[in-house]
Amino acid sequence: MAADHALHTALPDEPEKATLEGKNKVLGFWLFLGGETVLFGTLFATFIALRDQVNGGPTAKELFEMPIVAWATFLLLTSSLTSVFATLALHKHNLKQVQAWLVVTVLLGLGFLGLEIYEFVHYVHEGHKISSSAFGSAFYTLVGFHGGHVAFGVLWITTLIIQSFKKGLTVVTAPKFYVAGLYWHFIDVVWVFIFTVVYLMGMIGGKAVA
Amino acid sequence: MSDHTHAAPKRSGLWDWLTTVDHKKIGILYLLAGGIFFLFGGVEALLIRLQLLYPEQQVVGADTFNQLITMHGTTMIFLAVMPVIFGFMNAIVPLQIGARDVAFPFVNALGFWLFFFGGLLLNTSWLLGGAPNMGWTAYATLASNPKFTGLGADFYVLGLQIAGLGTLLGGINFLVTIINMRAPGMTFMRMPLFTWTSFVTSALILFAFPALTVGLVFLMFDRLFGANFFNPDAGGNVLIWEHIFWIFGHPEVYILILPAFGIISEIVSTFSKKRLFGYSSMVFATILIGFLGFMVWVHHMFTSGLGPIANTLFGIATMLIAVPTGIKIFNWLFTMWGGHIRFTTANLFAVGFIPTFTIGGMTGVMLANPAADYQYHDTYFVVAHFHYVIVGGLVFGLMGGLYYWWPKIFGKFLNETIGKWNFWTFFIGFHLTFFPQHFLGLMGMPRRVFTYLKGQDLELGNFISSIGVLGMAIGTILLFINIFVAAKSAKRAPADPWDGRTLEWAIPSPAPEYNFAQTPLVRGLDALWTEKMAGNKGMTPAEPLGSIHMPSPSFIPFVMSVGLFIAGYGFMYASTWGTYIVGIIGLVITLFCMLLRSLYDDHGYHIEPDEIEEKGVKA
Repeated sequence: MAADHALHTALPDEPEKATLEGKNKVLGFWLFLGGETVLFGTLFATFIALRDQVNGGPTAKELFEMPIVAWATFLLLTSSLTSVFATLALHKHNLKQVQAWLVVTVLLGLGFLGLEIYEFVHYVHEGHKISSSAFGSAFYTLVGFHGGHVAFGVLWITTLIIQSFKKGLTVVTAPKFYVAGLYWHFIDVVWVFIFTVVYLMGMIGGKAVA
Repeated sequence: MSDHTHAAPKRSGLWDWLTTVDHKKIGILYLLAGGIFFLFGGVEALLIRLQLLYPEQQVVGADTFNQLITMHGTTMIFLAVMPVIFGFMNAIVPLQIGARDVAFPFVNALGFWLFFFGGLLLNTSWLLGGAPNMGWTAYATLASNPKFTGLGADFYVLGLQIAGLGTLLGGINFLVTIINMRAPGMTFMRMPLFTWTSFVTSALILFAFPALTVGLVFLMFDRLFGANFFNPDAGGNVLIWEHIFWIFGHPEVYILILPAFGIISEIVSTFSKKRLFGYSSMVFATILIGFLGFMVWVHHMFTSGLGPIANTLFGIATMLIAVPTGIKIFNWLFTMWGGHIRFTTANLFAVGFIPTFTIGGMTGVMLANPAADYQYHDTYFVVAHFHYVIVGGLVFGLMGGLYYWWPKIFGKFLNETIGKWNFWTFFIGFHLTFFPQHFLGLMGMPRRVFTYLKGQDLELGNFISSIGVLGMAIGTILLFINIFVAAKSAKRAPADPWDGRTLEWAIPSPAPEYNFAQTPLVRGLDALWTEKMAGNKGMTPAEPLGSIHMPSPSFIPFVMSVGLFIAGYGFMYASTWGTYIVGIIGLVITLFCMLLRSLYDDHGYHIEPDEIEEKGVKA
C-alpha cells in the first residue's frame, strides 16, 4: 500500500511496475490479452470453417486486392514499431518523445482504418456483404472485430496523449502508456494472422465453390 | 497529483451500496442478487414439476413450458449459482490470503453491476412478450432465426453478453489478486483450498468466456443483422454453434463445481479438526480437472455425427476426469477418518455432498461412453445426472458455505436447529426429485417435452419427482426464514466461531473495512492453526501499524452498466423502432464513463492508525 508515496520521489527505472497498482494493471492486462486470444481464436476458427461458403457471391480470390491490403499491413506494422519507440521513451522518462511517438502511432492507425473502410465499401459494391453469404458474415465479423479494436485503441491512446499534457509522467500515468502499448502490439499480431489466414490463404488456397 | 483525501468519504444507505468498491460489500451484493435469482429459478422449477405431475396435463401449456425450462437453466447457471460463487470469492478470498483488498476494486464493482443488469435484462423478457424458449443451450437454427424464436432469444443473447462481460472481469480480478496480493509467507502451496479452487476457476473463466462472447455475437448478428453463420441456406453451419457453445459450456461446469470443492475442503477439514488430507494432491487434482475441462466438450455432441474417432477420444478424455475427482473424494473421506467430527449444518451439507456428488460423477462416466450415450442422449437420465452434480454437488456446497461463512460475512449466526431442518428437507427432497429421473430417462422419457402419455409406466416416477420438489422448496424457504431470524437476532458472532484454521478467522466478524489492521505473517499451511499450535493468540504482524490506503467509492460502474443495459434494448428493438439511436446512446454512456475513469485518477483516502479501533493491535 505504499503506492502513493512513490509519487513524490524521482521516477524509478520501470515506472509502470513501480507500484502495486501498476504491477496489478500490467499483469491484469496480460491476462486480458489471454482472453482476447481466445476471442480471436474462435473468430479465426469460424472463418476457416466458413471461408469457402460464398453462396454464389464473389470468392476471396476474385475479391481481394493485394496492393491496398499490403499498404494497410505496412501502416499497421510500422505503427507497432512507433509504439515500441514510445515505450522505450517511457523507460527513459522522456514524456515529449512518448507523446510524439504515440501521435505517430495514432496517425498510422487512422490511416489503416481509412484503408479498411475504403476496402469494405468497395467489397459491398461488389456484392460481398455480411448478409450475402456465410463467408461474408465470417469475414466482416473477424476483420471488423479487429478494426473495432484498432478504432478503440486510437481513441484510447488519444485520450492518454491529451491527459499526459496535464498529468505528466508519473507512476500513475506510466502503467497506462505501457498497457496501451501492449494492446497496440496485440492488435498488430492479430493483423499478421488476418493477413495470412484471410488474405494470403484466400489468394492462393481455397476451393472454387461456385 | 499528490493531494490525498485523508477523511473517509461518508456515504450511507442505498447510495453507499450503489457506489461501494469494498470487496466484502460487493460480495454481499452478489449473494443478495444471486439469492433473488435463485428464487426466480426455483419458482420456474416448481412450475415445470407441476406441469409434469400427471400425464397429459395442460397446467402451463407447451410454449410456456419451453420458456420455463430455458429460463430455469439459464437463470440457475448464470444468474444464481455463478453470482453466489462470486459472492464467496469476494467475501472470503482476500481474507484467506491476508490481503486488504482485491487487485481492482473498481473493476470488481463493475463486474457485479454488469452481471446484475445483464440478468435484469434477461428477466424483463417475461414482461415484454415472452421469455426465450429454445432451451438454455440455444441451438441454431432454432435460436438463430428470428422466425422461430421471436424476441425472447434476443433477450437471451444480449442479457448473457452483458452478464458474461461482468464474469470475465471478475475472473481477471481474482487471478491478479491471488497472484499479486498474497501476504508475506502466503506461498502458493500454503493457500487454502477455497482460494486455490477460486484461482483455477478464474483461469477457466478467462479462457472459456470469450468463446461464449463470440458465439453470442454470431447469434446476435444472425438475428439482428441478417448474417449467415448458422443459416445452412447461405452456407452457414449449425455445428459451429454447438462447438463454440460447449467449448465454453464444458469448462463452465468446472467453473461452477471447483469452488464448491474448495468450500467442502474447508468445511470438512475445520469440522474434523484435522488438516486436509493430501493437500498437494488436492491442488494437483484441481489444476488437472481445470485442464481436462477444456478437452472434453464433444461429449455433449456424441450424437451430432462427428464420427467414431472423435467420439472415442473425447469419451476417453471425459472418463479421465474421474481420476482427479476420485482423488478428491478419497481425500475428503481420509480427512474425516479419525477426526473429531462435529456435525454442524455446514458439515452436514459437506457430508451429504460426498455421496451425492459421487453418484453424479458415476452417471457422468456412464454418459462418457459414446455408444451408450446414444441411448441416454436427451433423456431424463441426463437431467438426473447434471442435477446430481450441480444441485447435489454445487448447491450443497454453496449452502454449506453459507452456514460456514455467514458469521464471518455478517457477524451473526444462522440458527443451527433451523439449519438442520433446512439440510434434511432439502437433502431428502433432492434425492426424491432426481433419483427417479434416472429411471424415467432409461425408460425413454425425453427431456424438454412438456408432457407425457398415460400408460407408459412414466406416471409413478414423475409423481415422486414432483413431490420431492416440495422438500427442496421447504428447505429453501427454511433457509430464507433462517436468514431473517439471523438478521433479527442480537447474538454477535466471535472472530473465530468454529475453531477455524485459515486466515479469515484471525480477524473480527464481520471483517473491518481494511480487513487486516496489520498485514499478517504466514508461517505455514492453515495459517491461523499454525499459530494456535505454536501457542500464539493470533497472527504475527508482518508490518508496524500504519495508515492504510483505501480506494474511493464510485458511481461510475453502476452508470457504465446502465449504459449497456440501455444499449441492449436499443439493439433488440432497433427494427421495431426503426432506429439504432437508443442503442448508440447506451454505448455512448458506457464509453463516456470509461473516459471519465481514465481522466480522473482515484487517489483514494487513508485510514489513520488512531481510527483503527481494533482491539489487541500489536504496534
